[in-house]
Amino acid sequence: MSKTERDAAGAPAAKARKARTGKAQAAKEPVVEIPAEETPVAGGPVAAALVAESPLAQGPGVPAVREEADGPQGGRLAVRKTYKLYIGGAFPRSESGRSYVVTSSTGGFLANASKASRKDARDAVSAARKAFAGWSGATPYNRGQILYRIAEMLESRRAQFAAELAEAGTGRAGEAVDAAIDRLVWYAGWSDKIAAVAGSANPVAGPYFNISAPEPTGVVAVVAPDDPLLGLVSVVAPVIVTGNTCVVIASERAPLPSITLAEVLATSDLPGGVVNILTGSVKEVAPWLAAHMDVNAIDLTGVADEDVAVACEQAAAENLKRVLRPSAPDWSADPGTRRMTAFLETKTVWHPTGV
Amino acid sequence: MAASNATLRAFLHGLPGVDRVGADQRAAMLGTRSIKTTAKAGAIDLAIRMVDLTTLEGADTPGKVRAMCAKAVHPDPSDPSVPKVAAVCVYPDLVAQAVEALGNSGVKVASVATAFPSGRSSLEIKVADTELAVAAGADEIDMVIDRGAFLSGDYVKVFEEIAAIKAACGPAHLKVILETGELATYDNVRRASWLAMMAGGDFIKTSTGKVQPAATPSVTLIMLEAVRDFLATTGRKVGVKPAGGIRTTKDAIKMLVLVNETAGEGWLDPDWFRLGASTLLNDLLMQRQKLSTGRYAGSDYFTLD
Repeated sequence: MSKTERDAAGAPAAKARKARTGKAQAAKEPVVEIPAEETPVAGGPVAAALVAESPLAQGPGVPAVREEADGPQGGRLAVRKTYKLYIGGAFPRSESGRSYVVTSSTGGFLANASKASRKDARDAVSAARKAFAGWSGATPYNRGQILYRIAEMLESRRAQFAAELAEAGTGRAGEAVDAAIDRLVWYAGWSDKIAAVAGSANPVAGPYFNISAPEPTGVVAVVAPDDPLLGLVSVVAPVIVTGNTCVVIASERAPLPSITLAEVLATSDLPGGVVNILTGSVKEVAPWLAAHMDVNAIDLTGVADEDVAVACEQAAAENLKRVLRPSAPDWSADPGTRRMTAFLETKTVWHPTGV
Repeated sequence: MAASNATLRAFLHGLPGVDRVGADQRAAMLGTRSIKTTAKAGAIDLAIRMVDLTTLEGADTPGKVRAMCAKAVHPDPSDPSVPKVAAVCVYPDLVAQAVEALGNSGVKVASVATAFPSGRSSLEIKVADTELAVAAGADEIDMVIDRGAFLSGDYVKVFEEIAAIKAACGPAHLKVILETGELATYDNVRRASWLAMMAGGDFIKTSTGKVQPAATPSVTLIMLEAVRDFLATTGRKVGVKPAGGIRTTKDAIKMLVLVNETAGEGWLDPDWFRLGASTLLNDLLMQRQKLSTGRYAGSDYFTLD
């Protein structure tokens, strides 16, 4: 017991802090700007420096730095959003303290996104497991209402998503947002109809009723495709509408719309933990989810690397997870019921017929 | 010293007061130690060996006790390298079933007694309760102190009750439950610890598990300091058992760090430190499996408690 070790996460945490400080400084740049340079002071640059250093030199020629920056003519400080993870209905930073730089399609800096670690994945799975009983026990009608509510919330943020998708490089961003909203509404409608399609009353040669009913599989790990909104909605909605809960690894290249979507989910009556969103490296986190014994199924749609996908499939075999690995899906096409039925179990009940 | 309330009070109130902020800070600071890899594997096995696997529900049945005993002997049936737990802890009327189910496995049987959990009954009833459990074969008795008497300053009554139960225990070990959640202050925890040790308790235990807060790190720290100081003063070693609210491996390892840093390595043994718990064992097993297989474990593969 006497042997203790420093957590290796200590160093990256410090690095992340530094990165944040850097960001704050960048945001403050307009404040730090010294107007003395712009202000003509008689006597040339040396005299100007002397004037700037002297505490008595607050003449009319040298305006007070603070007042100008805070005033209306100096412009506001930029309030930039911290993109965090979405686990159990809360927005924590990565346990590892890491982040990575997200760039626009043209290579410009957009934001620092949290880089989830395996422990964030573990926490997300616990949150999803905790939420499963309540969500799968809710009536299908109720789940449909909540999915429709997500669509409503998304609709009210249409402009914001269109702007974010445009930054991420999605062409015709407005249409993509509309398609995502429509897809949510489409899946919401399926909530109380899927049992009629995937279930059946089976004719058997005996004095029994024989009924097959679809039931949710459990906790589903989802690797979302690089289509940041429509693709994400198209993989998450079919998983949760049937009563599963999920842990999603967002697109590694364009994770920001997924965290904004998390804000939508958090305000849509969706119980915390039903959808958990991680941002970071797919290659790093997906194998942990594939091997996790408390995950019941995995959707490898967004795994681009062939080796990672195969490794995930093999790890998933350990506890017989259901695996979905479609080839190059077209998100604008009619989705069909395949994504819903992929994560359903069939329960068949034999019941004696009455007299 | 225990001759009268006045002398007992003079001694207990003469104990140095507990610095509440300092104790909380020290316990929190020790809780930040990071225990990984081989040290973690060692800590998990030690924690499993220290567990008092407990079921204290009104709905306990002989079948549930038998199932729990089977789990105590083979915590993970799929892995024979998992050590046995220290003891099982049941109500007095189920001691016989536990003794029969455990046989000569080496797992001890502990029984709560003395009108657990409130302790609100006459001394005769409490002694009879204890004798019932001992007669049924209990190796250890977990008694509760009379918190009402303690809080009203009747220290002699508490002292004499513990001494009487100790006498009724015979060869069985006596654990004295202070129920720190009802003692209100850390000073009282320190006083109750000394009172229980002076009256003859072999172990001091934080809580019944029926009152919140239960085994907080700060309270455990104060009790560990008390047993350390008691050994230095009298030469008699007393064990400590935090119970209630310890649910995760992380909590358990924090407790082990507290023991090592406060009382010392001499207490890092199931004979001197126990963890009263029911759900903790599954988490320990899951963490153990994570370390040995490299993948996160799922609760579907372990027994329900």
